[in-house]
Amino acid sequence: MYGFLIAVGVLLLLSIIWMVYRIQTLVSVVKGSDKKVASGSNKVNAIMFLLFLIGGGALMFWYSIKEFDNYNPPLASEHGAVTDQLFWITMAVTGFIFIVTHILLFWFPYKYRYQENKQAAFYPDNNKLEVIWTVVPAIVLALLVIGGWRAWSDITRPAPENAHIVELMGYQFAWEVRYPGVDNVLGANDFRLTTASNVSGVDFTDKNALDDFSSPVVVIPKGEPVLFRIRARDVLHSVFAPHMRLKMDAVPGMPTKFWFVANKTTEEMRAELNDPEFEFEIACTEICGRGHFSMKRVINVVEPAEYRKWLAEQRPYIVINPALVENLPADVKELADITISEYK
Amino acid sequence: MATAHTASHSATAHDHHEHEHHDNFITKYIFTQDHKMIGKQFLITGIFWAIIGGLLSVIFRLQLGFPDMQLEFLKPILGGWITAEGKLDPDFYLALVTMHGTIMVFFVLTAGLSGTFSNFLIPLQIGARDMASGFMNMLSYWFFFLSSVIMFVSLFIETGPAAGGWVVYPPLSALEQAIPGSGLGMTLWLIAMTCFIASSLLGGINYITTVINLRTKGMSFSRLPLTIWAFFLTAVIGLLSFPVLFSAALLLVFDRSFGTSFYLSDIYIGGEPLPNTGGSPVLYQHLFWFLGHPEVYIVLLPALGITSEIIATNSRKPIFGYKAMVISMLGITILSFIVWAHHMFVSGMNPFLGSIFMFLTLIIAIPSAVKVFNYLTTLWRGNLIFTPGMLFSIGLVSFFISGGLTGIFLGNSAIDIQLHDTYFVVAHFHLVMGSASFFGLMAGVYHWFPKMFGRMMDARLGYVHFWLTFIGVYMVFFPMHYIGIAGFPRRYYTWTNFEFSNMYTDLNMFVSAAAIVTFAAQLIFLFNFFYSMYRGRVASLNPWRSNTLEWTTPLHPGHGNWPGEIPAVYRWPYDYSKPGAPEDFIPQTVPLSATPESNLPHEQELVKLEKAIIADEETLLVANESKAS
Repeated sequence: MYGFLIAVGVLLLLSIIWMVYRIQTLVSVVKGSDKKVASGSNKVNAIMFLLFLIGGGALMFWYSIKEFDNYNPPLASEHGAVTDQLFWITMAVTGFIFIVTHILLFWFPYKYRYQENKQAAFYPDNNKLEVIWTVVPAIVLALLVIGGWRAWSDITRPAPENAHIVELMGYQFAWEVRYPGVDNVLGANDFRLTTASNVSGVDFTDKNALDDFSSPVVVIPKGEPVLFRIRARDVLHSVFAPHMRLKMDAVPGMPTKFWFVANKTTEEMRAELNDPEFEFEIACTEICGRGHFSMKRVINVVEPAEYRKWLAEQRPYIVINPALVENLPADVKELADITISEYK
Repeated sequence: MATAHTASHSATAHDHHEHEHHDNFITKYIFTQDHKMIGKQFLITGIFWAIIGGLLSVIFRLQLGFPDMQLEFLKPILGGWITAEGKLDPDFYLALVTMHGTIMVFFVLTAGLSGTFSNFLIPLQIGARDMASGFMNMLSYWFFFLSSVIMFVSLFIETGPAAGGWVVYPPLSALEQAIPGSGLGMTLWLIAMTCFIASSLLGGINYITTVINLRTKGMSFSRLPLTIWAFFLTAVIGLLSFPVLFSAALLLVFDRSFGTSFYLSDIYIGGEPLPNTGGSPVLYQHLFWFLGHPEVYIVLLPALGITSEIIATNSRKPIFGYKAMVISMLGITILSFIVWAHHMFVSGMNPFLGSIFMFLTLIIAIPSAVKVFNYLTTLWRGNLIFTPGMLFSIGLVSFFISGGLTGIFLGNSAIDIQLHDTYFVVAHFHLVMGSASFFGLMAGVYHWFPKMFGRMMDARLGYVHFWLTFIGVYMVFFPMHYIGIAGFPRRYYTWTNFEFSNMYTDLNMFVSAAAIVTFAAQLIFLFNFFYSMYRGRVASLNPWRSNTLEWTTPLHPGHGNWPGEIPAVYRWPYDYSKPGAPEDFIPQTVPLSATPESNLPHEQELVKLEKAIIADEETLLVANESKAS
């Protein structure tokens, strides 16, 4: 149906244009306007620029104001407040330049449109003017960069010692979430150990791995630093948590990381937005194949007390599936069995 | 004076010229070594690719704007890529965005823009008979043609063309198990790009050599039109950066076919671990963007050069700040090599490197800003004639501002965390690189069509084409900023899986509709282009009353461009509306001694020198003629 409509539209457009074209060619031959330097269309084009300026500007302001709450994603992290502020400062500066330059760019064509009795000004250069508009942008940009650089250094500095560690491993086409357990140290992993029952390729001969567990949801505490340890096991992926203003590529063979502090729980955000269905989400932003658009994980931000309670309830890999540690060397096996018995 | 002077000798030289060139169809239109015909070959091939690239985007915009639409009517073209439910296959969706990017960046905006106008204009505007090596120039086109054929064939193979994004990051592009497009399609992509790089290098070496060595008498670097400066610097950038893409591609070929591990490490895919260890996908990204970022300027600089020329001509004013324009372009050329990693802020590279590249990136905004202000000042107090070329040039400046300003967000690594790989980036580069360069291409075609084909394009169709395209482009790409700020990721088949992006179906529909209308508007151009080639009004010799050398050639210049002596040059190309001059333009071939009424004080002093040169020339010519007879 759409295809048919589009075809009709195109056909209509073409036939109208063909008629207009023939008529105007004949008219211009009769009027001899192709001999002139600038025909009457010169003024029409000049006015069109003004109309475009006014119409386009109005549309931009109207939509930007009307839709503000829709395109401005809710914010739930501490560093996000800083980057959002930088974003809006940059928006103010560039918006001002955008508007001023466009007013000039579209007003000049109207003001200085061709007139036969006029001559253009011979004005090939003015060093003072050029120095001004080299130096002023340089200063403005320097200020913007310094703000960005301070925020960036702050965001990418090493995570605090007490950060809660969560491992996110991207694979086609999902995220595997692994927690380090009580010791807050992730066990070693090796991609060659990957099996259907050991998706993350955890190396259980490392005793730090014995209390590691997996979760279908990323649960993190509010107000405490969280460190995402990010890796991928097949192709590139990228962790994107829009509400946390967080993004970092997942690279096979090169673990990456990003730490942050969430400052709103999921419940608080739901109340604030008056949307009981609201969830914080993780998506993939590095093209990774057929299912690129479907790599979703939910982040559940909870109060610290609730987080500790949840943590205590989780059962390690080896407790859920003791087969994982069956073939281990005797000393580690013994430790593993103790861990398993503790959870029973 | 000089024109008259050369004309008096043209008769004798003409006879001498005639018997050298007996072109048959093949040497004139196919394996031609005439730079003008090679330029036209690039242009026609570029237009062909633009149609293909545009159509691909229309197909994926249908998917994004009208996700519930039945696409069965595309089955005759797309066959198995339309699923049984009448939907687009998600793998093919990725192939579409990949090929759209590859085609538009390389085949349309690099070959179609730089290839066309560098070839066509360099010898004509510097006063040369042809390129330094006509044969290499011919090879350059035919390598491009070969590359085109291979890339085109890859669209039709069973596993589909390359589908890892136009950046083809490994491991996705290295592993057939990861996506079907990484099989034969990717192999063909790599072969095609290798031929393309060879073509670019052959062309670039030629452009550089020609500009340095074959300028006519009096054509110093400070008298070069800004178009030539732009083409020259573009060729330099290409010559230095394309080989790096070649090495990136070569290592990828090794990883794909010979079991090396340059980019691959610790991979478990398709139910088995791969033996590769020690490679780094980030290495590929560094190599790729070492070309990839200069590539932005490879497509943009020629467009800016063309615009400078057209805006000056049609404002009837000298370009404001010629020196500043040249220095800006030089600055952009150098800086373009040291900003590449701003594409990689969140790739996992050392964040300290990120800070360095943030500083370098924002420096490159300064020469760009200078260029914009200079364009505006050129318009100021001009006497503007809105030819279609002029309209497209003003449109280009608008896109350059809009898209350039959003670059200030993305070049700031802290802000880029949120915006990276969202539609904000898509909006940014489609405006500043895609649309701006495309408008430069269009402006150039409208402006130099009379020189290419000896006929005029229809101006009013040009106006309609411009306004539909200009408004259309903004309707397509401006809304993408909102979608991007909302966090919509790129290269998504559908956004409904996520709460944060499960909205703006209306806006996406609007964007798709605008894209289709804008694409349809290009049919007006196609009609105008091909119709005018045969049926357009016959052009006058200098229809825009321009100063540059190409307008001193005959209506249909033969191979060799000028029938007689190559005219000498006595002034810069921007003497428009000079006070005291009877006309509002003084061509470069008019000696200063012929225009005492309009000479500036320092030019009056040059007159003496000039007279001595002209006298020298006279004696030389007389001597030559007596030798010939």
